[in-house]
Amino acid sequence: MTIKNLKDLRAGEIGKILQIDGGHGMVNRLAALDIRPGKKIKKINSSFMRGPVTIEVNRTHVAIGFGMANRILVEVEDKTP
Amino acid sequence: MKVLLMGNPNVGKSVVFSRLTGVRVITSNYPGTTVNYTRGYMKIGGEQAEVIDVPGTYTLEPTCEAEEVALRMLESGDIVINVVNATNLERNLYLTLQLLERKLPVIVALNMWDDTKHLGISLDVEKLSALLGVPVVPTVATTGEGIKKLVEHLSNAASPGMATRSRNERWAAVGNIIDQVQRVSHRHHTWRERLADATVRPFSGGIIALAVLASSFIIVRFIAESLIGYVFNPLFDNLWMPVLTWLSDILGGGGFLHDILIGKLIDGNIDFVQSFGLLSSGLYVPLAMVLPYIISFYIILGLLEDTGYLPRLAVLMDTIMHRVGLHGYAIIPTLLGFGCNVPAVMSTRILESKRERFIAATLISIAIPCAALQAMIFGLVGERGWQYVAIVYGTLFAVWIILGLILRRLVKGFTPELLIEIPPYRLPPWRATLQKLWMRTYGFLKEAVPIILGAIVVINILYSLGVFEAIANFTAPVVTGIFGLPREAVTAIIIGFLRKDVALGMLAPLALSNGQLVVGSVVLAMFFPCIATFVILLKELGVVNMLKSAGIMVASALIVGGLLNLVL
Repeated sequence: MTIKNLKDLRAGEIGKILQIDGGHGMVNRLAALDIRPGKKIKKINSSFMRGPVTIEVNRTHVAIGFGMANRILVEVEDKTP
Repeated sequence: MKVLLMGNPNVGKSVVFSRLTGVRVITSNYPGTTVNYTRGYMKIGGEQAEVIDVPGTYTLEPTCEAEEVALRMLESGDIVINVVNATNLERNLYLTLQLLERKLPVIVALNMWDDTKHLGISLDVEKLSALLGVPVVPTVATTGEGIKKLVEHLSNAASPGMATRSRNERWAAVGNIIDQVQRVSHRHHTWRERLADATVRPFSGGIIALAVLASSFIIVRFIAESLIGYVFNPLFDNLWMPVLTWLSDILGGGGFLHDILIGKLIDGNIDFVQSFGLLSSGLYVPLAMVLPYIISFYIILGLLEDTGYLPRLAVLMDTIMHRVGLHGYAIIPTLLGFGCNVPAVMSTRILESKRERFIAATLISIAIPCAALQAMIFGLVGERGWQYVAIVYGTLFAVWIILGLILRRLVKGFTPELLIEIPPYRLPPWRATLQKLWMRTYGFLKEAVPIILGAIVVINILYSLGVFEAIANFTAPVVTGIFGLPREAVTAIIIGFLRKDVALGMLAPLALSNGQLVVGSVVLAMFFPCIATFVILLKELGVVNMLKSAGIMVASALIVGGLLNLVL
């Protein structure tokens, strides 16, 4: 089990959100999209050069700005053979 | 009675709205905000009811201006139709539970019902209805399935008066309901999903974006030119011209009233572009030159929006846009600017912060040439060689980037980070797409045409008073000294305030060198917005910011024009 920043996850990796390290506004905006601690997410991809990160949560794709993605901690699921 | 349509963004709310309401649809700004909303009317049991398409919201704890408006509208409603995306019940139910904690009667439309089947989702509708305590009707708004049933059940809408929960309790309750009503089976990826992935990946996405944008421009031009050539020009030439000629004869071919209404005769004839009268150019320019581009632009934009491509483009562009102090969504007004700067500046309303709106509006009016000006650049400058066209566009693009970098540092305020849902690709819901096209076109006619007409009257009066002569004398040293253009170009640049394409046309007979023509084109594009854009800027930014924006325009046009003159 490893803990990573959402931006450092590789495409296709699955994990559980551990902590969102941001102000009230940011936590609320994310929570409205059901992105909150305890949620299982899958990284879809990130754009190059500090671009937004796309994740899948509840079968919808959400793009998250780089700065926000940098402040979301994810517990990465170990790959099962 | 007021019926509110509420739900998350991208759940097909507007499509349900267009199914429920008739043709009388009104878009307006919510008082005191920049949020647009739409209302229309429907019949319920012989009684007329107002239907309001409330801006999409994820929660009733507002996180942005649109959500605040949604909350305020909720207070004035009598009944809520909560439109829910059946393929993403989990997230949608959060808002539903919040609505049920209020005292209003609610009915749930379980929309996109058809998609649940391909996605391997099965939902127990009766159980859901029992758990929520309100009627739940599966609908497919794009085909109209279930809409009739939804209307029949409106009178059964209930208010179960759920106890108020905390956020975590609410999410726990959502999880609980989902466990009881939803089963998901595994399935393979569909081609739409594969395409969806490819279009947001930086490399393949970038190539696809270029292809989409390039073909959009070609199609926009094709539709617009066809409309002009086969519809608007024949109408004006064959029907309107005889009327004007008759009127011109009655007015004696000249004089003050003739100049205002018909304008100047060009070689003894009325010229729709150059005569500059209220009934000649005043009608021809907005209706036969700009409107066709507006229509075709909005057709393509509507399709890009409703298929779900636009949010992906916003994600791809976010990296670049952030460099200039904007975020990905600002690509929409920017793209619109290539059609006409007027709707582009109007659409900066979709941006959240004042700072972003200022930067976007300023960059658009300086560095984005509208379709009419582009047509002239291609025609006139293209004649001298394509490398000169490339210099014009390259310069404007460089200005956009450099000015953006500067504004990002100078303009105070903040630019919120991108956080958007990327909906799956869909076929556009034709009804709603057409309704939107109509509302946008009508909005342009209502906002821009009176301005253009008013401007023509004012300009004609100023012209006959000799004000232009005075300005020309005053600015001549700048034009000849800094830009290296002949003195005659002054009039063209002043006319550019009205119509940039006409102004560029006025440079044609001046026998300019290639370099001078490039300088002239760039300066015309940057110097000032046309009068219609100017007025819209004033409306959107307010006097102080408008003056700042105009100052930036003049300063950057002087610098860039001067530099180009030195280099070329």
